[in-house]
Amino acid sequence: MLKQFLKWRLSGLIVLAFITLSIPFLMDNPFYFDMATQIAIVASTVVGLNLLVGYAGQISLGHAAFFGLGAYFSAIATSRFGWPSVIALFTGAAFVGLLAWIIGRPILRLKGHYLSMATLAVGFIIAIIINNQSGWTGGPDGMSVPPLGIFGWELSTFSVYKIFGFELQGYVAWYLFSIVVLLLAVLVAQNIVDSPVGRALRSIHGSEIAARTVGVDTARYKSLVFVISAVYASVMGSLFAHFTGFITPAIADFDHSILLITMVVLGGMASPMGVILGAVVLKLLPQFLTGFQDYETMIFGLILMLTMIFMPKGLLPTMIRILKSRLGARAGGDA
Amino acid sequence: MSAMIEVSGLDKTFGGVHAIEGLSFTVDEGQVYSVIGPNGAGKTTLFNLITGFYTPTRGDIRLNGEDVVGLDPNRLAQRGMCRTFQQMQVCMNMTALENVMLGRHLKLRGNLLSSVLRLPSLRQQERDCRDRARALMEFVGCGDYVDADAASLSYGVLKRLEIARALAAEPRILLLDEPAAGLNGTETAQLDELIRKVAEQGVTVMLVEHDMKLVMGISDRLLVINYGRKLAEGTPDEVRNNPDVIAAYLGN
Amino acid sequence: MFAEFMQYLFTGITIGATYALVALGFTLIYNASSVINFAQGEFVMIGGMGTVAFMHMGIPMFFAIILAVALACLVGVALQRLAIAPAKNADVVTLIIITIGASIFIRGVAQVVWGKDYHVVPPFSGEAPIRIGGAVLNAQSLWVLGIGAVLVVALILFFSRTLMGRAILGTSMNRLAAQLVGIRTQMVLMLAFGLSALLGSVAGVTIAPITFTAYNIGILLALKGFVAATIGGLGSGVGAVVGGLLLGVVESMTAGYISSDYKDAVAFSMILVVLFFMPRGLFGARVVERV
Repeated sequence: MLKQFLKWRLSGLIVLAFITLSIPFLMDNPFYFDMATQIAIVASTVVGLNLLVGYAGQISLGHAAFFGLGAYFSAIATSRFGWPSVIALFTGAAFVGLLAWIIGRPILRLKGHYLSMATLAVGFIIAIIINNQSGWTGGPDGMSVPPLGIFGWELSTFSVYKIFGFELQGYVAWYLFSIVVLLLAVLVAQNIVDSPVGRALRSIHGSEIAARTVGVDTARYKSLVFVISAVYASVMGSLFAHFTGFITPAIADFDHSILLITMVVLGGMASPMGVILGAVVLKLLPQFLTGFQDYETMIFGLILMLTMIFMPKGLLPTMIRILKSRLGARAGGDA
Repeated sequence: MSAMIEVSGLDKTFGGVHAIEGLSFTVDEGQVYSVIGPNGAGKTTLFNLITGFYTPTRGDIRLNGEDVVGLDPNRLAQRGMCRTFQQMQVCMNMTALENVMLGRHLKLRGNLLSSVLRLPSLRQQERDCRDRARALMEFVGCGDYVDADAASLSYGVLKRLEIARALAAEPRILLLDEPAAGLNGTETAQLDELIRKVAEQGVTVMLVEHDMKLVMGISDRLLVINYGRKLAEGTPDEVRNNPDVIAAYLGN
Repeated sequence: MFAEFMQYLFTGITIGATYALVALGFTLIYNASSVINFAQGEFVMIGGMGTVAFMHMGIPMFFAIILAVALACLVGVALQRLAIAPAKNADVVTLIIITIGASIFIRGVAQVVWGKDYHVVPPFSGEAPIRIGGAVLNAQSLWVLGIGAVLVVALILFFSRTLMGRAILGTSMNRLAAQLVGIRTQMVLMLAFGLSALLGSVAGVTIAPITFTAYNIGILLALKGFVAATIGGLGSGVGAVVGGLLLGVVESMTAGYISSDYKDAVAFSMILVVLFFMPRGLFGARVVERV
């Protein structure tokens, strides 16, 4: 029965739901919840990026720009123009999706490193614009963002909510909301992967020549997945802005782009649970390393390097492989 | 019988070197049409031109009477053309079955939204697609490897997997580039039978192959090229007795 | 007007020469191993910071520079041997992350050993600026251009005249064939990384008296080097030099005539414009897709 469960396409999602929803029973510290919510939002972003990088095999070194655009779109639309958050979020996502489509068409013709450089350049340009349009964005000082309003409800980390007689702290409510978003993000991504669209995307990674031969319009599919991953980033950027209540251009810059793609590669390309693990590890690692003070950067770089050298397929796929071979060896021994 | 492929005055140069020069021929519907010639004669280049991977320097290629010069491979696939490769092109990040299912790409309906919502119609279609792919794998003789990862398969199995993928597209014309290369005697005999079965279904087959026994046995017509130019064309018997061909193959 | 233009041009060519050297080093590694080395900028940093550190120990400038460059070369060779070679079968993007990890690591070590302060390196010769057409040309700029030119010529001679240089070229064209004719490709790869580090660190030392140097200057310089190399066409030596100079001049003109806030934006827009019309850069090789 366990074997059948593991084979089911949504087994990872169930495990993820179980782990994430049990967390509120295990801890009660606003700081931890703040961290966990941030991780969930970033993890959702990375689940989208994984469609582009892990499945379709196209590298983006500028994805944080789309995250930043979504965040700033929501921030400006809600604080300056009084738009409802939900409308700002979806309009922002549509705008970012359109932008990604316009940019994507020409640059996705490029192959390999040329594509990496082009996405890097796009990311840089957007980050520079956000940094310099201080009249709108507050420039390097950042800008504050009102709390998330969902159809008259206001989700704020500082409030306390009453549901069915239970008292629910705002930060816990935000955490639960972000987990629902994460589970939805994974479900949508998984559904895309397990469909003809997903097969076409993976074939571009496997052999673009084979894909074209059987009729896959590779240019169109590359644009499509670029747009999807950009929309993921934009939506999560909007949520992140409302959650933290304050954003700076750092969320759109090159370092953040690199962090996002590193989460994908470190966790395990083309593995939704893997990339989420990547997000968890790379978000928590600096927290553990702060104790090392000046040595923090050095140790972070060293860990990153060593992990990728010795686990080029990523953390989760490598762990599963080791586990499988252990179990296989044991089963063999029993027989 | 109508013409499936008409090639006239085809030229392809790479940096001044003629890979294909002034080539003209016609492949009729339902034929098994083979292209033979020494190594470097331009056979694979010819296939790449016909299937849209290269653009001709000059000349005309018609598929079912339609001018198809400059069309991308995926556009040609929509018009019923599919092929296999000498340097195999299999998606190693998928299972064997998924590779064959990929072949049905153009036969599947549905868009991003139906995928995201995983509509019942889409699930039913996927089940059908899976069944047909499985049947095709049986048909080409690799039914034992349905659940295997493509990366774990042997060369001979991958070769047949490529054919299954191409057949999954239900092509009207199938181009096979050296399908027997690297196969042993038994496997070649199986391939021979497979090509006959495919041709019986009315699919036009173009074949580049070095195995003369296979080629002479199954071809309706043969095109012999050397240095990118036509040396001879005709039925296997005509070609076998052509003095130019004999000279080219036996040396001067 | 004219004087202003000349001034921007001089500044641009000077900084462009630095970009060109970084781009050349990057091209060298890319050709030999098709790795995009994000740690390239750290060689530049080691060149500048190393010189500062050795001079602090009381070592005369000339020897401090030699030690710093030697240190960078050592780091380059170690990077290839310890980080790139063990992962040679990894995905392209995995290799990118490894070099990014290496870059962060090197930066982290530099921060621990040399601190976070900004430093100035004294100019190589007198401070007296030279006046040409109303514009001021720093003596150090001449050093940058002169040393850059010498290195480019030396590199050309190295690749065309020496056995070692040809071995690197051979390896970059076809690694298997190179192995078959008896070239020790592992040695060649280490050499390529060492040489690349040499170019980067020399660029770092020569530009340091004009700009500041600090533990974290590497990453932006690496990116500029990539921009230059990509504009020129990945893998092309001529492209790297032309791309570097072009980038430097365009940046300087943008900063002068438009806005210094947007000089980096213009640099990155250049990549997009060039790649849009020439998907393989200005001098990149045209390759036929082999099927």
